[in-house]
Amino acid sequence: MDLALAPETLARWQFGITTVYHFLFVPLTISLAALVAGLQTAWVRTEKEKYLRATKFWGKLFLINIAMGVVTGIVQEFQFGMNWSDYSRFVGDIFGAPLAFEALIAFFFESTFIGLWIFGWDRLPKKIHLACIWMVSIGTLLSAYFILAANSWMQHPVGYRINGEKGRAELTDFWLVLTQNTTLNQVFHSFSAAFLTGGAFMVGIAAFHLLRKKHIPVMRTSLRLGLVTLAVGGLLTAVSGDTLGKVMYEQQPMKMAAAEALWDGEEPAPFSVFAYGDVDEGHNKVALEIPGLLSFLAHSDFESYVPGINDTNEALQEKFGPGDYKPIVPVAYWGFRWMIGFGMASFSLGLLGLWLTRKKFLLPAAYRTGEDEVPHLVLLKRPLGSRLTRLYWLAAVWTMAFPLIANAWGWIFTEMGRQPWVVYGVMQTRDAVSPGVSQAEVITSMTVFTLLYAVLAVIEVKLLVKYVKAGPPELSDSDLNPPTKLGGDLRDADKPMAFSY
Amino acid sequence: MELHDVWFVLIAVLWTGYFFLEGFDFGVGVLTRLLARDRAEKRVLINTIGPVWDGNEVWLLTAGGATFAAFPEWYATLFSGFYLPLLAILICLIVRGVAFEYRAKRPEETWQRNWETAIFWTSLLPAFLWGVAFGNIVRGVKLDADFEYVGTVFDLLNPYALLGGLVTLTLFTFHGTVFTALKTVGEIRERARKLALKVGLVTAVLASVFLLWTQIESGDGAGLVALGVAVASLVAALAANQAGREGWSFTLSGVTIVATVAMFFLTLFPNVMPSTLDPEWSLTVTNASSSPYTLKIMTWLAVIATPLVLLYQGWTYWVFRKRIGTQHIADSVH
Repeated sequence: MDLALAPETLARWQFGITTVYHFLFVPLTISLAALVAGLQTAWVRTEKEKYLRATKFWGKLFLINIAMGVVTGIVQEFQFGMNWSDYSRFVGDIFGAPLAFEALIAFFFESTFIGLWIFGWDRLPKKIHLACIWMVSIGTLLSAYFILAANSWMQHPVGYRINGEKGRAELTDFWLVLTQNTTLNQVFHSFSAAFLTGGAFMVGIAAFHLLRKKHIPVMRTSLRLGLVTLAVGGLLTAVSGDTLGKVMYEQQPMKMAAAEALWDGEEPAPFSVFAYGDVDEGHNKVALEIPGLLSFLAHSDFESYVPGINDTNEALQEKFGPGDYKPIVPVAYWGFRWMIGFGMASFSLGLLGLWLTRKKFLLPAAYRTGEDEVPHLVLLKRPLGSRLTRLYWLAAVWTMAFPLIANAWGWIFTEMGRQPWVVYGVMQTRDAVSPGVSQAEVITSMTVFTLLYAVLAVIEVKLLVKYVKAGPPELSDSDLNPPTKLGGDLRDADKPMAFSY
Repeated sequence: MELHDVWFVLIAVLWTGYFFLEGFDFGVGVLTRLLARDRAEKRVLINTIGPVWDGNEVWLLTAGGATFAAFPEWYATLFSGFYLPLLAILICLIVRGVAFEYRAKRPEETWQRNWETAIFWTSLLPAFLWGVAFGNIVRGVKLDADFEYVGTVFDLLNPYALLGGLVTLTLFTFHGTVFTALKTVGEIRERARKLALKVGLVTAVLASVFLLWTQIESGDGAGLVALGVAVASLVAALAANQAGREGWSFTLSGVTIVATVAMFFLTLFPNVMPSTLDPEWSLTVTNASSSPYTLKIMTWLAVIATPLVLLYQGWTYWVFRKRIGTQHIADSVH
């Protein structure tokens, strides 16, 4: 069958489209849940109105976003069975368990407490209502943890044996699946990247309003929170990326060789800044390199040998029999660079912002600003001019989606870099697809999902823009006087609900 | 009782929980056309399930995830075999979730009307399709020696399964109607009770025929008991509704759902998906299940997590126990 329409190719495209799309919402949901919970905690503790307004503003954006995350997640639960039935049969004994844990522990948590939080403003006492958003936040983290454990098992299968009689892989050590170093590193990397994403989102939107000198007290607070989140998240993303990279050099040398377009092993190995090559011939025509750096990334020293694509391919052929064990090198190479580039661009913006808007440290007293003033951007001793100031705010607005791009490429890199394996060293992707599902069926579902997702993306973004522009809401009496009893104060039976669909 | 039998029961419990809970919120979705006279009443209906529909839907995700973990072969055959109907259900659930969350986020009338239309259709279709799916599971489908579904989508649209679809659709609508009577106040509550009688009678006729058909084709003694309970509780639910005992009529319509799902699973056991081509090719609790080790871990999970889930979900219903009427819906847009 024509490769472009082969069942494997179609099923992979569909998985790629639906999963990358789903993951646009996931990191924002994870980070915004925690950030909103933090803001609401600040309100409950200090009773300062700006915190409540910030909670309501970011909470609204969070809800618009999580709605999409939840519904696109439903597809994920079922598409292994739909398009990857042979995969499900072969590894369900292992792979199904984390999914069931995710549903029974995390999804119930998230969806039940989000309902309580959305509708609970006039039904729950302040602290219990606050506890609900924290529960949602815990739910999002647990959910990510279990699904990353499942994915890590595909990257580096552990705690299993092959049952020849039943023709499948079987779980022997669940604890190992949950705690192996691939899982822990992937979780660390994904969580920190999620906060990088949420931080950039918050900074961008705060910058949008500060540029227009609107909603200053709320946006000043948001800017600060966003910058700290962005800087800390960015730093941890870099650190965890480095450790995850070292784990990958051990476990999937092919992926990392492809990430560097390192065709033949070198000692010491250089880090490639730019390469253009011939994939069929297996070499680069143009290469700009930093000597020794790749050795450092792989093994923390500047001398060691790092095997190349061609060597690794031969080693894999020896181990698993004849075949081509190379992923699509340009995708791995550029995916790796775009992931790092876009992520670190946002991180740099955050670090710069944190310095420019410092409150007291090395800041001349004359440029310190009050609660209702837009902070000066002070590089050294004096504030930046109005053009440069404007440029910084605009840069923050225009780069706020950078981490989303970085996340998407990170996943494309790690998943496509693992090919031709669906479970590394255990099962190849071509053996994983549903044999009984027709080409027409896959094309139908892929078309329907793609169109639906495109329409929903337009709707979602427009809605986000509308609520971003509207700014933080004014507070009502009932906002400021939350109920003291569970179920709400029942004195006025006909009082409208604080929130209704 | 071996662990895979325990898991057969637990999967049945998860589907029962799903149909009991999402059953009434599908029903309420259908009522936005059937019962509501104006936009305000539509909003009353939608808000009776506002805080809970999402949690209800997780029962489905859990049933899916647990089937994957406990019966990988069943999961693989079911969802690759019922590909297009499942696709339709997924599309509906996606649009439905977004519709609830986004409907009130803009003031424009077309915007809100479009989402309301979406809520109606995306509640009606899955309510029907789940019955079709279970009708086919119970009746058996064309599975080959590798447990692959070799029929077409048209084989799934046989009279028995289509009747099953009508049963779940009407039963869920009835369940939603008595739920509405229980959760609303004012004129809509009275009309819900009147409508419940009509919907309940239609349901009773369809469900009796369908369940009898099931019993004659493949039922045994236990199935007959479940059938008896289902029909009796449906009749009792109608009586309670006429007597104005809304709590009882909701509970009893819930019992009807529980008994109906129980009958499906009792009829199935020890198969999980019978093959109509050769009984040897049927998926059973033994040949479809995971290893004892995985089942043991899953059992621990279920034993610890399920009571907690029931506890905090139950608590949510208690927090939002107040009846809702048009006076409780503010005009403002969120």
